[in-house]
Amino acid sequence: MDAQQTKQDVQDDLSVCREVNASNSNVVSGYESLVQNQDDVNELSVLVSGVHCAGCIQKIESSLLNEKNIQNARLNFSTNRLNFSWNGTAENANDYVALVEKLGYGVQPYDSEAEQNESKNEERFLLLCLGVAGFAMGNIMLMSFGLWITSTETMGVATRDLMHWIQALIALPTVAFAGRPFFRSALKALSNGHTNMDVPISLALVLASGMSLFETFNHGEHVYFDSAVMLMFFLLIGRYLDFRARKQARSTATDLLSTLSGFASVIADGQPQKILIRDLKEEMIVRVGAGEKFPVDGQVIEGQTTVDTSLVTGETLPRDLNTGEEVYAGTLNMSAPVSVRVAKAADDSLLADIVRLMEKAGQGQAKYVRLADRAAKLYTPVVHTFAAISFLGWLLIGNLGWQDSLMIAVTVLIITCPCALGLAVPVVQVLATGRLMKQGVLVKSGDALERLSVIDTVMLDKTGTLTLGDLQLKSVHDAALLQLAASLATYSQHPLSVALCKAYDGDLLAISNVQDHPGMGLEGVYEGQKIRLGSRAWCGDQDQAETENIELWLDIEGDKKEVFSFEDTLRSDSIDIVSSLKDDGLDVLLVSGDRQSVVEDLAKQTGIDDFYAEKKPQQKFEILEDMKGNDKNVLMVGDGLNDAPVLAGANVSIAPGTAIDMAQNAADIVFMGDKFVPVYDTYKTAKMTQKLVKQNFTLAVLYNIVAVPLAVMGMVTPLIAAIAMSGSSLIVIANSFRLRFMS
Amino acid sequence: MSVLIYLIPIALVLGCVGLVAFVWSLRSGQYDDLEGAAHRILFDDDKKPDEKSD
Repeated sequence: MDAQQTKQDVQDDLSVCREVNASNSNVVSGYESLVQNQDDVNELSVLVSGVHCAGCIQKIESSLLNEKNIQNARLNFSTNRLNFSWNGTAENANDYVALVEKLGYGVQPYDSEAEQNESKNEERFLLLCLGVAGFAMGNIMLMSFGLWITSTETMGVATRDLMHWIQALIALPTVAFAGRPFFRSALKALSNGHTNMDVPISLALVLASGMSLFETFNHGEHVYFDSAVMLMFFLLIGRYLDFRARKQARSTATDLLSTLSGFASVIADGQPQKILIRDLKEEMIVRVGAGEKFPVDGQVIEGQTTVDTSLVTGETLPRDLNTGEEVYAGTLNMSAPVSVRVAKAADDSLLADIVRLMEKAGQGQAKYVRLADRAAKLYTPVVHTFAAISFLGWLLIGNLGWQDSLMIAVTVLIITCPCALGLAVPVVQVLATGRLMKQGVLVKSGDALERLSVIDTVMLDKTGTLTLGDLQLKSVHDAALLQLAASLATYSQHPLSVALCKAYDGDLLAISNVQDHPGMGLEGVYEGQKIRLGSRAWCGDQDQAETENIELWLDIEGDKKEVFSFEDTLRSDSIDIVSSLKDDGLDVLLVSGDRQSVVEDLAKQTGIDDFYAEKKPQQKFEILEDMKGNDKNVLMVGDGLNDAPVLAGANVSIAPGTAIDMAQNAADIVFMGDKFVPVYDTYKTAKMTQKLVKQNFTLAVLYNIVAVPLAVMGMVTPLIAAIAMSGSSLIVIANSFRLRFMS
Repeated sequence: MSVLIYLIPIALVLGCVGLVAFVWSLRSGQYDDLEGAAHRILFDDDKKPDEKSD
């Protein structure tokens, strides 16, 4: 597969995969400082963005593996981390990164975060305990079957005792090994003077194993090794699912590092140098090319360009930027390279202020108490009480020996089956998030669905959220004029030119002598006539009144004129979804940084009565604080930098897949595609999930109401315990699967 | 019942083998990227990782 063919395949795929913020700067450098060397083999990990399918993985890995010195290349799809190793120098890293970028993917240095490694270790630990418990359970059950289906008379005491001993041999190490998650958590809670659900579980495990061992020594009839291990197994399943569902909590703290983790081109002594953005200081001169983001707040000292501020302010149209004017970090340089003198170090920029606001928002989050945790608080004292009552009752009133009384108390602990409770929430959440993932919605943590199910207010951003964030040609034109305009427009990266080209898909004419005048327009010559495409002031009549429309004027030989008007179109179903949300009883608000007239217009179109325009990021956040102060549960849907603090501070937040990375990190849920309906679908799914979770809890309680009296009366045997535990777990799981049939 | 004398140990050994296999697969990182593994089945190149074309 040669490089040319690879590139063509990728171009085809990219029309399906998301377009990436690929930097237009030609030289990749700086990665050599991050390379690790071991035994003469260089290794580097980077973050890759824009990977969405099997084709992407294959392209990246195979193009790297095709290189002569590359030893290994592996892309982890779940974490977007590309790890590769090679023989050679550390500087080669930049070539390989450039190779990946040429394929159309964004590459960023990877800050190895302790947080990520910790969660991976925890996951492996749980999986290991789960595996060991599963294997032990299976092998213990091997003996149990023999013990259940026959009686002591038939098999003889010797055989029965042999079985008990072998069970003990398997069970005791297993409980010690795989019970660690429970024991650790229980000890931690007890040392803080609280109890949690793990305390009765640990008690059950320890007592069951201990008493069963005691019975084994004394040639007892019943042992409960299988129950103890089965209990552990089911609970570990619930715990593992729960952990996976919770793994990606929204991150605010690391975002400053990730936005500042790229490189900037600094002019020092007349020579360009690559420096990490976070090392930029005041008075340094930074060269920002077309298509790059401004890394810091500063003043333009050389050059003229247009700047896209939509990520920061939500304004749809780029603004002209002239020498001497100020520019802010995070905005996009559209047309020409400029030199900027750094006014504030990266840490002090507007961008950093927004990030700090986000962090504050994240910390101010009231700790949401999950339904499962609230159930656990109730469970623990009830179970302990029943066990104690049975023990004392049988000991004092029933006049049974302490061994038998303790055994009955143990069966009470086992039979109350926290299995069903432990599975009630995670199973439904895993099913729900899996179903949503198929619909293109990524839910980062299970309790996001829980928080979503109790909202009463929805805050919506405008640009990029309700609208596509994409300018589109809305006026109709003569085909020949459109062709002429599009042919000239291909020479510019200005969003209006790009939108114009998108609207035309025929052959392009050859225009000569094309010149780009930033801030004004394009001019060229076609068939001897001078053509101009640009702003009204440059091409059009200065006497015509200023309108609020977004326009491009086409001017031929200063004579015939055509006006192309654009608008940021609403998503095709925005209006319907807003009315569905209102029908469901939710308050819907529109909050935007764009101009009053534009926002008012859109609010009327979508039927939103409460709208706020020209709001800066801090003001958006204040609106959120107000509502939270009034005890409202708020869902925020937004995509830009100005939405990030609100996304971090709202009770639950959703961002579209086209949002900037920081917004996606701050949100609980991310949805793909051009439609708005995923927001509504996710809300509906969240409500269904909560309903099923509550049903599961009810089933668990009902089961206990039947089982606990049986246990207290001493009628439970290991066989009954095994059936009860597996039965209740299966019923809860089966009920959870009803999610598939709900619409 | 004397058959149990060798059947039970065989069953336990088999169980252990299974456990060892599981622990090996866990340690070699096969559970680290379950989503990526799902996507990799769609690859259609037969190239082994140690053969490289220049």
